[in-house]
Amino acid sequence: MRYFKLTYEPLIVEETMTPLQHDALGAHVLFVGTVRNQSKNKRVVELDFEAYEPMAVSELELIADKIEQKWSIEHILLYHRLGKVAVGEIPVIAAISSKHRTEAFEACAFLMDKLKETVPIWKKEIFEDGSEWVSATP
Amino acid sequence: MKLKLLAFGFAADILGQRKLEIDLPESATTADLRIQLDGMYPGLKKIGTYVFAVNQTYAQGIQSLNELDEVAIIPPVSGG
Repeated sequence: MRYFKLTYEPLIVEETMTPLQHDALGAHVLFVGTVRNQSKNKRVVELDFEAYEPMAVSELELIADKIEQKWSIEHILLYHRLGKVAVGEIPVIAAISSKHRTEAFEACAFLMDKLKETVPIWKKEIFEDGSEWVSATP
Repeated sequence: MKLKLLAFGFAADILGQRKLEIDLPESATTADLRIQLDGMYPGLKKIGTYVFAVNQTYAQGIQSLNELDEVAIIPPVSGG
C-alpha cells in the first residue's frame, strides 16, 4: 500500500506505524526529519513549507512506482507538513515496510533522496531577522 | 491565447502572485513562455534553473502549450 499525506497538522511518529504493521512484515524503516535550529550559521526560528499539492502527490506516485520495481517491499509512506513548522518539530516522515530489513533501509533512503529531487515542495527558512527560500539562489 | 500560470516558492515572490494569466501567441511553447516571463520579471533569473510543469507533469524539453493547459513555474524544490 501507499500512504501519502500533505498536512498542516502536526505529524506524530507513533501514529505512522498503525497502517504499516502487519504480522507478515518484519521490518519497518522510518525516517523522521526534524527542524534544526541553525542553517548557514544563522539561527533558524521555523520553516515555512508550501507545495503544488496535486503534482506533489503524482510525483510521489512515480517514486513509489520506481521503488516497487527495484525492491520487494509492502508499504510506502510519506507524510509531509505544510505551512509553518518550528524548530524541533517534524516536517517529514518517510517509511518503508517489508518482510526483511535490507530492502526497507535501501528503499527508504531512495524515497528521501527522490523527495528532495523531484517532489514540488518548497521550504522557506525563517530567521530572527528575515527569511530565505532554500536553494532558491545558486 | 491566455495561459493560466501558477507560481510557487521564490517564483511566487518575484511575480508577486501565485496565479496569473499571461498572453502568448497561439502555438507558443515553453521556450516562448520562458523568454516572455524572463522579460517581464527579470528577478526570475536569480532562481537559476526553474522548470515548467504542464498539467502537473514536468515539461520534457520544449513543449507546445495550449490555452487549456495548467502551467506552473517550478523553482528548485526543497522538501524534506
